[in-house]
Amino acid sequence: MLRTRSRPPTTRLRPRTVVVALLVLLAAMVFAVVAGSGELGWQRVLGELAAQVTGGTSPLSEREAAIVWELRAPRVLLAGLVGAALAGAGAAFQGVFRNPLADPYLLGAAAGAGMAATIVVVFVPAVTGWLIGPLPLAAFAGALGGVGLSWLLGRSAGGSGTATLLLAGVAVTAFLTAIQTFVQQLNTDTIKQVYTWTLGGLNVTGWRDLWLALPYVAVAAVVLCGCARLLDVLTLGDAEAASLGIRPGRVRLVLLAAASLATAAAVAVSGLIGFVGIVVPHIVRLLAGASYRVVLPLSLIGGAVFLVLADFVARTALPGELPLGVVTAFAGAPFFAMVLRTSRGRTP
Amino acid sequence: MTELRLRNVSAGYGAKPVVRDVSAEVSSGGWFAIVGPNGAGKSTLLKAIAGLVPCQGTVELDGKTPPRKEKARVLGYAPQNPVLPEGLTVTDYVLLGRTPHLGLLARESATDVSIVEDTLERLDLSALAGRKLRTLSGGEQQRTVLARVLAQRTSLLLLDEPTTGLDVGHAQALLERLDLLRREDGTTVVSTLHDLTFAAQYADELLLLDGGEVAASGKPAEVLTPQRLRDHYAAETEVLHTREGHPVVAPIRRPT
Repeated sequence: MLRTRSRPPTTRLRPRTVVVALLVLLAAMVFAVVAGSGELGWQRVLGELAAQVTGGTSPLSEREAAIVWELRAPRVLLAGLVGAALAGAGAAFQGVFRNPLADPYLLGAAAGAGMAATIVVVFVPAVTGWLIGPLPLAAFAGALGGVGLSWLLGRSAGGSGTATLLLAGVAVTAFLTAIQTFVQQLNTDTIKQVYTWTLGGLNVTGWRDLWLALPYVAVAAVVLCGCARLLDVLTLGDAEAASLGIRPGRVRLVLLAAASLATAAAVAVSGLIGFVGIVVPHIVRLLAGASYRVVLPLSLIGGAVFLVLADFVARTALPGELPLGVVTAFAGAPFFAMVLRTSRGRTP
Repeated sequence: MTELRLRNVSAGYGAKPVVRDVSAEVSSGGWFAIVGPNGAGKSTLLKAIAGLVPCQGTVELDGKTPPRKEKARVLGYAPQNPVLPEGLTVTDYVLLGRTPHLGLLARESATDVSIVEDTLERLDLSALAGRKLRTLSGGEQQRTVLARVLAQRTSLLLLDEPTTGLDVGHAQALLERLDLLRREDGTTVVSTLHDLTFAAQYADELLLLDGGEVAASGKPAEVLTPQRLRDHYAAETEVLHTREGHPVVAPIRRPT
């Protein structure tokens, strides 16, 4: 059908889409809290949630309520926060590098965090009573350090283009990984601990990790969503972006800094969780369009939903706990393949 | 309506400039074509005018050298091989042309959307408005790129080989359309064109570039002589004329 004078179909984020996505997120979180507390009985947990909302009386004892509010709820919320951070950062990286396979660990964030975590595990004695544990602190600093090093190397190698930066990331990753491997090889007794951290997980109690990571992720999310239109302009390439009055190098720096901050915060509280940063933005693209004005906000929400559910599976699928990184890949890959197949068949 | 003046422009990356000491004047509302053999520096000169490569000398627009953002409101640029983000729709892509008119973090207003709507209609793209860029044919893609630059609503257009990859019919259609729009709006066009016959038909003035330096400039009939084409293109040609008097450059097979 040919309609010549209708409104041109601009890809915009419709408020209704956001509301629906947020409702899905809320449902996933309630489900994860309620169904994830199997031993308490889901009806009783639901009663507790209802009591909190309405101010009625709860069917749970004080100890049972503490399990819900000090163990389950913060963990579910943290999963959401980490998922949002990784998926949002992944979308930003893919836009900046104009490469669908870019993920937030591309510029040395994972290698830096891994190296720093290994050094802490090996050399820093277990301490208690720190406000922030040495491991998250090191992972956070290591992730930012890795990205910073890549940026500096890329700049000093000349060229403001993304290719140089990408190669710098490869070099930094290799170098930092070599250090990590070396340290680990000298202290083989700590390999298991480092390995477990590498696979990612949210073994947290209480709200502290959430409050620690939240400010960074929140700031990054605001910056990324604010720059979404500029990210669309960047996909035209540097010359055209510059001809439209944009400074591509500066926009890139802001976006990478924000995305890396979110990534570092996520890595600090959850270790290395792969797959989320690549798959969630792609699923959003396939379902909702390629403009970053849609991709970025929906990736934040979609990443949260994805990781809340993945963490639920990690906690409940087996008697023991599965590494979260394993679950995200195991569950995410087939789902991604399915979405890829159906959507490629649909669109020309 | 922008008058463009180049004074001793040298441009290019690295120590040795690709373009050396080019001076030229383009009158307001004219079509100025940069021609020359491969590697002559045509694209680099165009980028220098757009401010996209390091450049010495002065590039004046209406006697001024505006800063970047302001420049993007008077000067639109389309590269020879534009990147078309494949997942974007035609409308979203053309809407990006409004960027210089928006605040850094602002969204497009209804005015911007209706400018895009008009531009699509003028270029016969309305029916393709919702299509993804990757589904377009070569001719449709070139028109879409032109639409993006036109949506910028600038008085000077810099087009690097706008007919790349198009057959003679599609190339002609694009140039005709461009000529029409330019006359309607009084826009100044500076373009590189490798097809000399097309250049002679549409441009008021030619600048022949060879080895980064100006070899000749003036009216097409003055610039395009068999001797020049031999000297700068190493080509054996005969320059014929259409009924309207436009030169036609015909390559001649060398006697065996």
